[in-house]
Amino acid sequence: MSTASVPLPAWINYGVIPLLNLVLAFFFSGLVVWAIGENPFDALNFLIQGALGRGDAIGFTLFYATSFIFTGLAVAVAFHAGLFNIGAEGQAYVGGLGAALVALSLDHYVPWYVTMPFAVIGAALFGAAWAFIPAWLQAKRGSHVVITTIMFNFIAATLMVYLLVNVFIVPGKMAPETRTFLAGGQLPKLDWLMALFGLKLGPAPFNVSFIIALVMCYLVWLLIWRTKLGYEMRTLGVSPTAAVYAGIPYVRTVIIAMLISGGLAGMMSLNAVMGASARLQVEFVAGAGFVGIAVSLMGRSHPVGIILAAILFGILYQGGADLSFEMPNITRDMIVVIQGLVIFFAGALEYMLRPAMVRLYQTATGK
Amino acid sequence: MEYFDTFVSILGSAIRLSIPLLFTALAGLFSERAGIFDIGLEGKMLASAFAAACAAYWTGNAWAGLGAGIMVAIIFSLLHGFASITNRGNQIVSGVALNFIAAGLTIVLGTAWFNQGGRTGQVPPEGRFSGIVLPGAEMMRDVPIIGPLYANVISGNNILTYIAFLMVPLSWWVLYRTRFGLRLRAVGENPGAVDTAGVSVVWLRYRALIVTGFLAGFAGTYLSIAQSAAFINNMSAGKGYIALAALIFAKWKPVPVMFACLLFGFLDAFANFMQGKSLPMIGEVPVQIFQALPYILTCILLAGFIGVARPPKAGGVAYTKER
Repeated sequence: MSTASVPLPAWINYGVIPLLNLVLAFFFSGLVVWAIGENPFDALNFLIQGALGRGDAIGFTLFYATSFIFTGLAVAVAFHAGLFNIGAEGQAYVGGLGAALVALSLDHYVPWYVTMPFAVIGAALFGAAWAFIPAWLQAKRGSHVVITTIMFNFIAATLMVYLLVNVFIVPGKMAPETRTFLAGGQLPKLDWLMALFGLKLGPAPFNVSFIIALVMCYLVWLLIWRTKLGYEMRTLGVSPTAAVYAGIPYVRTVIIAMLISGGLAGMMSLNAVMGASARLQVEFVAGAGFVGIAVSLMGRSHPVGIILAAILFGILYQGGADLSFEMPNITRDMIVVIQGLVIFFAGALEYMLRPAMVRLYQTATGK
Repeated sequence: MEYFDTFVSILGSAIRLSIPLLFTALAGLFSERAGIFDIGLEGKMLASAFAAACAAYWTGNAWAGLGAGIMVAIIFSLLHGFASITNRGNQIVSGVALNFIAAGLTIVLGTAWFNQGGRTGQVPPEGRFSGIVLPGAEMMRDVPIIGPLYANVISGNNILTYIAFLMVPLSWWVLYRTRFGLRLRAVGENPGAVDTAGVSVVWLRYRALIVTGFLAGFAGTYLSIAQSAAFINNMSAGKGYIALAALIFAKWKPVPVMFACLLFGFLDAFANFMQGKSLPMIGEVPVQIFQALPYILTCILLAGFIGVARPPKAGGVAYTKER
């Protein structure tokens, strides 16, 4: 008998299987490390030490995790509506423009806590705007959102380079970036939060946007599981035809889901632009939009899962930097490999272990 | 005459820039017409470029490089197949994952093996595909109009360029004139019908992916040992996605694929040429416009404003035999 239709308890579906997939991904990463002549266990040790060993290491880990929570939520919201938003990278990039415009125009006049709400709105609006055309094309003209969002990532990259090189560049400077924001346009660090645990933040840019990210996690949970709109989105995700039959407006739901997704992606820029570098730079997103895909898959599109997965990837990013320092033979790009393997095993091969688990479960329960 | 010379030189560089796109778009043609979306073209191109550079560096033989490039691209294709055909995983997710694996692995292995920050060693001349001067090119050079076109655009390319253009009619022939091609197109539209006819959907899709890997291998090889003499970090630089755009722009048909790739290659060459120059009447045109144009055009096309781009019906859906 086919095993696909046999239900499994939630702790296997959401606990055991993702964990085993993760183990597989790390096993193959270990093989790569071994193949280039280093000890995988030493590498793992350096990685964890580098990510969690000191106060500033934890600060960096959580800083990266903050970005990944935003992009992970972005991918997850679209995913619930049955849409695959690969464009979080571009939406975050353009979202940075919104955050930077707010910071540049307000930082002379008001303290950061006045700037912050406007910056959140600015980043979300610009991110959402960048998701609008792909959303509209998907809803109205049936153009596949995956393809259009990929195209829009590239268009965003060229647009932002143009703007930074020709519009925002500080006269007389070579680097294509805006001027540095004053304190009124920056998000302060969370050193007090770290101090509560007896840790020193040091130079790590762990900042207030982490709290914004957690708030967004709660809001996304509310939206998806406690509102009518969320219900409509999930229905659409499970079966578009059933959704339309039930009177759920397809065009409206698709567009709103993508706008929320783009807005969340755009908010990632709060962390990188206003929290860390205090200026808008070329390529500041640095792949966080794509990590969001991995985070959302690992976290099974649930905010709690996303936080855990984001921290895992934060550990990889921060620890990976330290690892390449300790083992010069292993470059930082090892984390890209691990990331790819995690997406491969947790995402593309998510059903691979299922038949085996079903058989195990059936033997164990005696059915 | 001066304008004409510039035009010829842009045309020559357009052809050189469109070859990797052409191979990759044809590669994508086979998998997408068989109903397997392939976002992973970029990764295949990158991985095969790396493999080709390594093999050519170690053996000093360009054909060994090509062989290695093709083999690695086929391995990536089969991984994609294992995830999306055998395990019915999401094809987009699998493609994204394989792109990451290729991007990371090439740098990690490259740095470990060559110690040059991700670059491979310089491939010796005999390990590269260099330009072939067609008979009569020098003699023809002085003939007005046709001469420079023949000498600088048609002649002087490497063998992979000519193979790329041969692959266009060949792909057309395979897809539209062979039993394999008919079944391949059918499996992309209605796998159930193919299954009913007693043909294995799984095996057919795997074969389509092998062809995809084979063609993508040429693209990667072209990048690292024909266009340049070493593998450089992330040298595909989004070309896989432009090829995907070209494939869509060409509405999943082989001959239009060639024209779409030539158009996108020409845009690229023109952008390089326009860097820092200004047009009469308009002034300096930002290069970014030309860089973004392929993507913008593809979106406009996808929106149905230039004809209708209809993807293969069963694309992106794993086939499940009746339970």
